Amino acid sequence: MALTAEQIHAAVAVRFGDAVSALAPPAKDPFFTVKAEAIVEVCRFVKSEPSLAFDFLEDLTAVDAPKENQIRVVYHLWSYQHRHGIVLKVEAERARPIVPSVEAIWKTADWMEREVYDLFGVAFTGHPDLRRIMMPDDWIGHPLRKDYQEAGGYEKISNVRDSSLLEYRRMDEAVRQAAETKAAATPAPTTAAPAAPPSPTSPLPSTGTAH
Amino acid sequence: MQPLADQLIRSWIHADPGAWPYTQAVYLLFMLIAGALLTTFTAVFSGIVSWYERRLAGRMQSRIGPNRVGPAGFLVWVADALKLISKEDTIPGDSDHALFRAGPYFVVTGLVLTFVALPFGDRLIAADMNLGLFYILSVTALVVVGLIMSAWSSNSKWSLVGGIRSAAQVVSYEIPAGLAIMVPVLLAGSLSTQGIIRAQGGPAGGSFFLAGGWPWNWFVFDDPMAFVSFFVFLTAALAEGNRTPFDLPEAESELVSGYNTEYSGMRFSFFFLTEWANLWVMSALATLLFLGGWQIPGVAPEVIGHSAALVFVSFLVFVVKTVALVNVVIWLRWTLPRIRVDQMMVLCWKYLVPIEMAAVLLTALWMLGFAHLVPAAQSAIHGVFFLAAGAVPLVLFLRQTFANLRLTSDRVDLTNW
Amino acid sequence: MEELVIQKIGPVSDEEMVLNMGPQHPSTHGVIRFVVKADGEIMKVAVPVVGYLHRAIEKIGEIVTYPQFMPYTDRADYLAAMFANEGWALAVEKLLGLEVPPRAQYLRAISCELNRIASHLISVGTMGQDIGALTPFVHALREREKINDLIEELCGARLTYNYHRIGGVAFDAPEGWIDEARRFVDRFEKVLDEYDRLLTWNEIYVKRLAGIGIIPAEMAVDYGLVGPNLRGSGVDWDLRRDAPYGAYRDFRFDVPLGKGWVGKKGDCFDRYYVRMLEMRESCKILRQAFEKIPAGDFLAPKVPKRIKPPAGEAWSRIESARGEMGYYVVADGATEKAWRVRIRTGSFTAMGIVEPLSRGMMIADLVALIASLDVVAPEIDR
Repeated sequence: MALTAEQIHAAVAVRFGDAVSALAPPAKDPFFTVKAEAIVEVCRFVKSEPSLAFDFLEDLTAVDAPKENQIRVVYHLWSYQHRHGIVLKVEAERARPIVPSVEAIWKTADWMEREVYDLFGVAFTGHPDLRRIMMPDDWIGHPLRKDYQEAGGYEKISNVRDSSLLEYRRMDEAVRQAAETKAAATPAPTTAAPAAPPSPTSPLPSTGTAH
Repeated sequence: MQPLADQLIRSWIHADPGAWPYTQAVYLLFMLIAGALLTTFTAVFSGIVSWYERRLAGRMQSRIGPNRVGPAGFLVWVADALKLISKEDTIPGDSDHALFRAGPYFVVTGLVLTFVALPFGDRLIAADMNLGLFYILSVTALVVVGLIMSAWSSNSKWSLVGGIRSAAQVVSYEIPAGLAIMVPVLLAGSLSTQGIIRAQGGPAGGSFFLAGGWPWNWFVFDDPMAFVSFFVFLTAALAEGNRTPFDLPEAESELVSGYNTEYSGMRFSFFFLTEWANLWVMSALATLLFLGGWQIPGVAPEVIGHSAALVFVSFLVFVVKTVALVNVVIWLRWTLPRIRVDQMMVLCWKYLVPIEMAAVLLTALWMLGFAHLVPAAQSAIHGVFFLAAGAVPLVLFLRQTFANLRLTSDRVDLTNW
Repeated sequence: MEELVIQKIGPVSDEEMVLNMGPQHPSTHGVIRFVVKADGEIMKVAVPVVGYLHRAIEKIGEIVTYPQFMPYTDRADYLAAMFANEGWALAVEKLLGLEVPPRAQYLRAISCELNRIASHLISVGTMGQDIGALTPFVHALREREKINDLIEELCGARLTYNYHRIGGVAFDAPEGWIDEARRFVDRFEKVLDEYDRLLTWNEIYVKRLAGIGIIPAEMAVDYGLVGPNLRGSGVDWDLRRDAPYGAYRDFRFDVPLGKGWVGKKGDCFDRYYVRMLEMRESCKILRQAFEKIPAGDFLAPKVPKRIKPPAGEAWSRIESARGEMGYYVVADGATEKAWRVRIRTGSFTAMGIVEPLSRGMMIADLVALIASLDVVAPEIDR
């Protein structure tokens, strides 16, 4: 029998009390927050409790919230048996995000937690195989964080690419400067520093300077 | 070779080669010519088949296939050959260079040598050895040696797995193939390829419908064991030739390309030359063993040798039968999936080998029991069996074909060549 | 970066060898890599290594505006781009509380079902090809080509459709298009019979797939398998029927389940055949949709010019060709860009099950298993 989000929340809150926050005002999808240290127990409960029976971890992901200095790990649960769903959230400190792993409860969490670890840097304690999944093992940084800055390259391969028009303009500039240098016989400033990738809305330079 | 050379010399220049002082040199010259002809035939045939198979595959897959070079794309094999010859012959740095270079030559040599004992018609054979079949079985072993050499020396794991698969497969399937060959050998009482073909023709003097190579004179319809042996032989030959459904050694989706992964240019083309020329070898062997070889229907085998026209007709008959079988092999390749390596072994050792052992034994008993004790019963059984084994499957096949055509509301279209 | 994978496969004895299957391998269906520890033909373990096609689509979703992200969703699953489109549209509509006109819903369902057939055709065809039968693949492509033609008439694109819009679809069906599509469906059902005769009940094909890669129902749920993979294991769940969205409420169709036709329930053949049957069901849905499609707008008239949903988060899920595809969108309420976009895909979770299943398989079976799971590399990595 399908339960509403309120009923699910009530069942969990009765059992875990303080570890579970109130049900969020359901803007769209109702969710409630669980304390990090209780998440494994809560998950085990909601999976094994026959009236809840959340056997399917639909999704496990994270949302970066720099303003609150939090990374929120989001669990979308679904029950094939009762055909109801709920969203759980765990808040972790942004500087050292540590969340217990639910891999032992749903095997599918193995890869999903690896992905969150890779892209957000959340360390899942108790995960048997926590290594990067999308990025190379020696990648620096966690790309889906809001303050992530590209390192400019990986293994000497640049991952920054400008618009070719910008590139042409820089080349023209270099040629012009070289000519000026020759004329004035003074050292020219280098133009090697890579520029930030242009945002799609940035105005393109006029084509007049292109070759 | 020698009788043919003698006959040619006698008929062309009306001289007796036996009276010449350096006859052996003349024979040597003939052998060189024959060798050059056969090698050229191998290369050209495999080239043409490479085009033909691609066109045929195109038709089966509702696409066109190569159609740019020459009429209907016929010259694509020349273009391919030119491209492959002019490509760089890369040799991996960590490979065993000597073996890596030598491997393809073993493969090609092993294949071309079989043509020595393969007939093309009455009198048209390089060497009519009395151990012809035994010779063919032996020299094909060289192909395996070449495959393992090139696979191992490539120093690539995919190649190695492919080579080992190939070795296991070819060595295993030589047993059912060899046993299947024993059935026509028993029936003909000869290991010579020409001898076996001659045994499949009715003698002169009888009715027109009994003389020569009518289907009911072929070994495949001689008795049930031979009928089974024909299919066992075809299966085993497919496996030995690494053709689908036994193309495990070069299984593209599993082993990238198997033993030839690291090869390029000319050496790579040798493998494919072998594969396609092997189509001829396996089909020609099946033709000569079971399908009456070059026997012309209605013409007794003794008569053919006296007339050049009849020899040419016998050549045509042989080529038509062989190409028909080549068609079947190509058709199988583009229809069937590939079996797994353990299933391949199970098929060989648990089914084909016991079946063939029983078939050889029963053939011997059959010959003893019927041929000598009750000849009348033999011809009666033979007639019934011919109908059952030949006509009924043919009718069923045609029915299925037309049913399939009806179901998909397709039509036969032969215009797109 | 190699060390961690090598650690994962454990010590390698003299008898065993480590095979690197991919990233460039004929049967990995894109850029996926498997590090295989094999003893001869038998695998000890195959560890999937993904990420070669990671294009940070989720990050892009935070940079571009809501409508601008639509073409990027195409790239999340280029074999079934309609579903990715629809999932995104549904998620943003949920955030906005936008009603989609009925005709647009029908056009969405029709385009999605056509796309499902196209995607399943690729899956079924490549499955045959990986098993070694080269012809069914080309026959499957032939039919897919017709669907591509139809969809091209509908939206101008053949692969990355960018057809759905927030609040509807981009274009109405051209005149006569519905009849053309109906003719295609009529013909296609006969072609399915042909595939059955050519491939499905081929003895060798059945032998290669029966009893291989068995996924019991509990394991399938535990590993988060979705779609045909889940139904191949016998779990009776289809979002189109059980949590219907859009026009799917109006259609009646069956949900094919794996029955262990030739081997055990949940083996490779079941997953394959569930897809074959699903194509027939899609034909049923298409017929009903052609019958019932209402007249009216194809795009909601009240879609705002600048889409700026109120703060909140939405989770939309649709039944894609590869199973449940979920979009998790967090809107901050202040900008026209999403704060966070998450795409949950079927291939990603399907890859997670390869490692436990691969133990003790043969190398040739791994190829069959990957094909039967119908993983598409861009959908894994996004």
